[in-house]
Amino acid sequence: MPLGRLPAWLLLAPALLLLIGVFLVPIGWFLVASIMELGTPAEIWEEVDAVLFSGAVAGALINTNWIGLVVTLLVLVIGYPVSYALSRAKGVAFTLILLCIVLPYFTSTIVRTYAWMVLLGRNGLINQVLLGTGLISEPLNLLYNRTGVVIGMTYVLLPYMVLTLYAAMKAVDMRLLQAAEGMGATPLQVFLRVFAPLTLHGVIAGVLITFILAIGFFVTPALMGGPSDIMIAMLIEREVELTQNWPAAAIMTVVLLTVTLILYGLYSRFSGALEGGAKP
Amino acid sequence: MGPVLRTTLVRAVVVLLCFGLLAPIVIVAIASFSGDGYLKFPPESFSTRWYERFLGDARWRSAILNSLMIGVMTSILSTVIGFLAAYAMMRGEFRFKRLLLSLLLTPVIVPHVVTAVAVYFLSARFGLVGVRPWIAVAHTVVALPVVLVILQSALRTVDPALERAAMVCGCTRFGVFRRVVLPIALPGVVSATLFSFLTSFDELVISIFLAGIRSETLPVRIWNSLLLEVEPTIAAVSTLLIAVTVLILGLDALIRRIREGGSALPSS
Repeated sequence: MPLGRLPAWLLLAPALLLLIGVFLVPIGWFLVASIMELGTPAEIWEEVDAVLFSGAVAGALINTNWIGLVVTLLVLVIGYPVSYALSRAKGVAFTLILLCIVLPYFTSTIVRTYAWMVLLGRNGLINQVLLGTGLISEPLNLLYNRTGVVIGMTYVLLPYMVLTLYAAMKAVDMRLLQAAEGMGATPLQVFLRVFAPLTLHGVIAGVLITFILAIGFFVTPALMGGPSDIMIAMLIEREVELTQNWPAAAIMTVVLLTVTLILYGLYSRFSGALEGGAKP
Repeated sequence: MGPVLRTTLVRAVVVLLCFGLLAPIVIVAIASFSGDGYLKFPPESFSTRWYERFLGDARWRSAILNSLMIGVMTSILSTVIGFLAAYAMMRGEFRFKRLLLSLLLTPVIVPHVVTAVAVYFLSARFGLVGVRPWIAVAHTVVALPVVLVILQSALRTVDPALERAAMVCGCTRFGVFRRVVLPIALPGVVSATLFSFLTSFDELVISIFLAGIRSETLPVRIWNSLLLEVEPTIAAVSTLLIAVTVLILGLDALIRRIREGGSALPSS
């Protein structure tokens, strides 16, 4: 039943008001006011230059990209077989695999991070097991360094990749695979020449969404990382909470936001085929 | 490699990975009942001492209360706003529909730190830091996309012909809404309420900035104490949060079984 033009906008009004008032305006205001505070365009440029090319920020940008890439790659390698299994499973097996993905997915990030802090600590389960089996003679440092950050973030981001890939894999017509097999293709050929190309858009969408979320990460690296694993989102938080340096925070936010939105634009192109697959 | 061996190998890998996904959560839940001085797994003895310490602390208790209040406010607010918007999206005919939808979904993509810092920037000026209803409003921004996705798929199950028929039979537009649309979409509405509550209950980054000292939520309390040390009490708190997640996923599954409708889960 088509609504008239007016009621549709009336029904949308509260949502739009909220989005504008508590999302768009605050972000715009924060960025504009903080940057204008610096003075003339020349002074602004000088500050942008000083902030972005300072050792701390440049280092954080490198860390952010590096950690983002490593985590995305790991998530893809681990997520691909799980998604495949989920897309082909039926009945109880399907429910069980889904549970293993959905339960972590809906568990608070801070709880998932804490769980890995418990496991990876010097007296944690992993070190206990490794020491117990005699594989190592003294505990490994798995926490408060890059290893910890990568493990923690991979765990937290895995469900996003699995659910995105699942949507693409579910749509693949199994008869195509059977046809290829029937015509004499080896399983590897079926995978490389039929299945992989058909799920490629899902892989690209999954990689983009994982990387987008990874570069904005804050909780896990802050808790599991060491002094040399500072990411850009942590730096923004510190500028605000510790030094109240709003202009510096705003300049870094512009960088993070620009990259995020460009990648999101790309993502929207690839996710068109998998409506709603990214995030419930 | 023979086909049997290959299938077995793939299965083994998947079972191992699924186990790895679930294990950290299960281990924390078990370790929270440890009677030892620090978190050992498996625990040497079992007790509820960490729960006693958690629930015996006034600050933790007030964090539970804050989380509950903010969560309930968020879920009501976002479900109402989201329902109206999802209905307009489904039935309304207007320009820029796709653009509008992706705009409404952007709060999920924009790093929460950015949203948090920006809202904090305004809140600090207007004395809104630590005000619970305001935290709920900020949570609604990130809960709304969740609600929209759930309700859009729920409203897809409502046949426009039914609405037209009710209209023809003399039902008012509001009557159609209340007597036809709402009952059919009800399972989806309940799902939306549950998952928006969970979004708020688990939200950390926005809360860190907006909570102040007065309105610390459970995740914020966990965050603040983890910055100091990894203490076992957190295992008990974490288990409570996990239990809430399990409860909500269970309720959602139950509702979907009772009446097929929309859901957040990809299986629908």
